[in-house]
Amino acid sequence: MADEVVLLDFWPSMFGMRVRIALAEKGIKYQYKEEDLRHKSELLLKMNPVHKQIPLLIHNGKPVCESLIIVQYIDEVWNHKSPLLPSDPYQRAHARFWADFVDRKVYGVGRKLWATKGEEQEAAKKEFLEIYKTLESELGEKPYFGGETFGFVDLSFVTFYSWFYVYENFGKFSMEAEFPQIVAWVKRCMQKESIANTLPDQKKIYEFVLELKKIFGLE
Amino acid sequence: MGDEVVLLDFWPSVFGMRVRIALAEKGIEYEYKDDNLRNKSDLLLKMNPVHKKVPVLIHNGKPVCESLIIVQYIDEVWKDKSPLLPSDPHQRAHARFWADFVDQKVYAVGRKLWETKREEQEAANKDFLETFKTLETELGEKPYFGGETFGFVDISLITFYSRFYLYERFGKLSMEAEFPKIVAWAKRCLQKESVANTLPDQKKIYEFHMKWFGLE
Repeated sequence: MADEVVLLDFWPSMFGMRVRIALAEKGIKYQYKEEDLRHKSELLLKMNPVHKQIPLLIHNGKPVCESLIIVQYIDEVWNHKSPLLPSDPYQRAHARFWADFVDRKVYGVGRKLWATKGEEQEAAKKEFLEIYKTLESELGEKPYFGGETFGFVDLSFVTFYSWFYVYENFGKFSMEAEFPQIVAWVKRCMQKESIANTLPDQKKIYEFVLELKKIFGLE
Repeated sequence: MGDEVVLLDFWPSVFGMRVRIALAEKGIEYEYKDDNLRNKSDLLLKMNPVHKKVPVLIHNGKPVCESLIIVQYIDEVWKDKSPLLPSDPHQRAHARFWADFVDQKVYAVGRKLWETKREEQEAANKDFLETFKTLETELGEKPYFGGETFGFVDISLITFYSRFYLYERFGKLSMEAEFPKIVAWAKRCLQKESVANTLPDQKKIYEFHMKWFGLE
């Protein structure tokens, strides 16, 4: 029986990108539907009434919401190739912990960096550097956060790479100078087709943020 | 080989209670260590250097952090009895979604009820009521959020029952009047030994919060 897979998404969303990479890693065919977040579709509102957010995976008519939950779902359903989570329960808990860390810390601080000014922005920059330092320590000398192979934590974090130019520009620092191991890791990840084909160009994201700032009067 | 299981916790923590319930459901013997969060132990700081929070499960010397991650870990390691998550991937995703909803919303809206300034009380109440209304709708006519049996979502939310008296006093509301299905569900869960033996008395939790946050 043929699977029907639909992804409701928004091209600059690092959360949506996670799902796109997971689907590519598993070689799953799907229909991509771009959402205009200021005019959300009826399908989105019907399939994710609680949060009304993307990404949203619809598999044979049934919705799955929240990017990391979707990625785990994809890993469990299409379990014949490219495992994204480790099989050992302890390593799995460790992977979930760090993906959760990325979820709770990385998005928020990045947003503060480009959306605020003055003292607030200075504080955001300090926080940003601390958070990325923690991630760089966790990565250590490993080729991937998951160890020898690309996995769940790598997936949860690598999508922010498309936003690095935004962070550098507004934070006035160099990601490579501050976090050489993270940048090396990112370049390693970018050698994977699923990632190189998914992540939008950093300059495109930057232009998108400039537009956003205009729209929300954040200039 | 005997498993060595230690739980670093703090008795009023709704997150710690989730782990205590999961351990009880599975019949796992463990050592409970109460950590006073205003005077954190060296062990806690060593085992959870990133967040420095409880609960932390230490299994044969290795730490697992974050309550819902711990509960999933417990379910996967001690998988021979009392499954906490469904076996079907879609149902599992559904359970994770609602446990995540509880994590994202319930703690925060509850806390705002007593943290908030008078002018913002109305907004805080509104948020609280909306959040629990969403949960009551999701529960519907089911005996448990998990369906016929107590499961992951039930564990993630039932521990907040210990705070219901606190919410009622600060929100000036009646949980039973506003959310009869949730209260009926909570009473159903309390018939389970693992839950009844874990949840502290509501008055104790109320008094604790009054002291801890200087709300007297």
